[in-house]
Amino acid sequence: MDLDSLTIDAARSAVQDRKITAKALAEAFYAKIQKDDPQIGAYLILAKDRALEQADRIDQLASQGEKLPPLGGVPIGIKDVLSTRGVRTTAGSKILGNYVPPYDCTAVSRLEAAGAVLLGKTNCDEFAMGSSNENSAWHPVRNPRDVTRVPGGSSGGSAAAVAADMAVAALGSDTGGSIRQPASFCGVVGLMPTYGRVSRYGLIAFASSLDHIGPLTKTVKDAAIVLRTIAGRDPMDSTSADLPVPDYVAKLEKPVDGLKIGVAKEYLGEGLDPEVRNAVEAAIQKLNSLGCKVVEISLPHTKYAIPTYYVVATAEASSNLARFDGVRYGYRARDARTLSEMYRRTRDEGFGAEVKRRIMLGTYALSAGYYDAYYLKAQKVRTLIARDFEEAFSKVDAIVTPTCPTAAFKLGEKAEDPLAMYLADIYTVTADLAGIPGISIPCGQTREKLPIGLQILGRHFDEATILRVAHAYEQSGTSRT
Amino acid sequence: MKVTAKDVSYVADLANLELTDEERQRMVRDLNSILDYVDLLNELDTSSVEPMAQVSNRYPADQAEKRSVRFTDAMREDIKEGLRKSLPHDVALQNAPESDETFFKVPKVIER
Repeated sequence: MDLDSLTIDAARSAVQDRKITAKALAEAFYAKIQKDDPQIGAYLILAKDRALEQADRIDQLASQGEKLPPLGGVPIGIKDVLSTRGVRTTAGSKILGNYVPPYDCTAVSRLEAAGAVLLGKTNCDEFAMGSSNENSAWHPVRNPRDVTRVPGGSSGGSAAAVAADMAVAALGSDTGGSIRQPASFCGVVGLMPTYGRVSRYGLIAFASSLDHIGPLTKTVKDAAIVLRTIAGRDPMDSTSADLPVPDYVAKLEKPVDGLKIGVAKEYLGEGLDPEVRNAVEAAIQKLNSLGCKVVEISLPHTKYAIPTYYVVATAEASSNLARFDGVRYGYRARDARTLSEMYRRTRDEGFGAEVKRRIMLGTYALSAGYYDAYYLKAQKVRTLIARDFEEAFSKVDAIVTPTCPTAAFKLGEKAEDPLAMYLADIYTVTADLAGIPGISIPCGQTREKLPIGLQILGRHFDEATILRVAHAYEQSGTSRT
Repeated sequence: MKVTAKDVSYVADLANLELTDEERQRMVRDLNSILDYVDLLNELDTSSVEPMAQVSNRYPADQAEKRSVRFTDAMREDIKEGLRKSLPHDVALQNAPESDETFFKVPKVIER
């Protein structure tokens, strides 16, 4: 079976119609991973036993002529920050190198209940902190479109696995752009749902008020299928929304004419690569020709989003990562004489440079004398950023921007300059801060054949509209890269 | 320079991070560079702006709309077993770097 461009429906139908067994399909993916992944590095851990057991269950259903669930037999990758029972989960960190979770993340168990076959855990920046996947403690990921370049981060393994046809779809997490930015760099679809739309239970926490779980897929429809499966109230996450889950797939085909699309000048200014600008402007033209009304808007506090984010996210991270102390799970430094020495050495030896930098920054921002100047100040500016979107969404139904200022950069290009790396998230962090949903879809490529991403942002809990716009654009045939 | 070597030592203590001399020097440089950028926020007058620690701070649940809880930090019943049963003892210990099958073991806590 040809694994290239295999979508969820195509994979499921092939298994349903007994053209291939779920087991043979999973094994075909494992063969492809064995052949291609040494050059890419998308996977950290393969979960063959669990995958083949699930494939057997699906094959039994199919052989009995039962209707398969929506992801029946569909092979997927899971970012290694999502807990998987019995399957090692490291969050890309040495400090969790030998950790085997005793329970499943809700998003993972919902996908498996819908028939998905979990191939394995995908590489990521350590604790999802990074924009290039170079902060993985294990090995970097290379962009399948150009192996001298990064796949983006932090869900770089998930994006690369989907782009290289080593999974039909994957789950990632997004705290400042970690689903949308790698989707843009690798030329796939990446959806960050509204805050609270998908339960965070079992996601190894980075910044709890900003963390989201969402899909990376080959098509917008596949993103809608995965979202429909993983969304909805979960009593294990008190911030998960108690709202009905719409049928995102059924709403995809609704025409987009008459929708008002906002274009913000703050997202098309200084620092934007001219090739990316041209591609995004062409996409806006396309949406206009599909009947959308293009409206100029302003999001005046955009330039404050990165500093706001790096205070809020690191403050929360410094608290969340306090649990890694070498006592209950994970790595422990050897031969410490006292408990205090054990804590300090465990954390020094277990965490990588970027994680330590963020813990230090966050601890500093929360420390006595600096709380008001940094943490409280950033929380207030977060309100201003949220207000910008409230104002904008009183005039428009969706906002279209570039996902990133540039296409994928080279490995090592920004590794020594944390600030330059942070600026790769300049167009994505705003949505995390405001809690609104966003999707990145391919919108052409540069002269060097690198994918360019178009970001579509929507109102809280209005994933249906951004998926619909993204689907209309994708179907118009101009997104092929 | 906002952050000195002394500040880095103090914050590293708070964060329970050992940090080598080399890491400390690099940290002084990196934290200053990032905090200089964060200073951009001081351009804004936020004296009358409410802080937003959580999305639910700004968009609280609409009590009038029953069964339509958007952003929520809702309470739940305080039931004895919680929402799931506690992990069995052996499962809770299975990832421990060191245990005696009853407790997590750690180096001595009090120095004499």
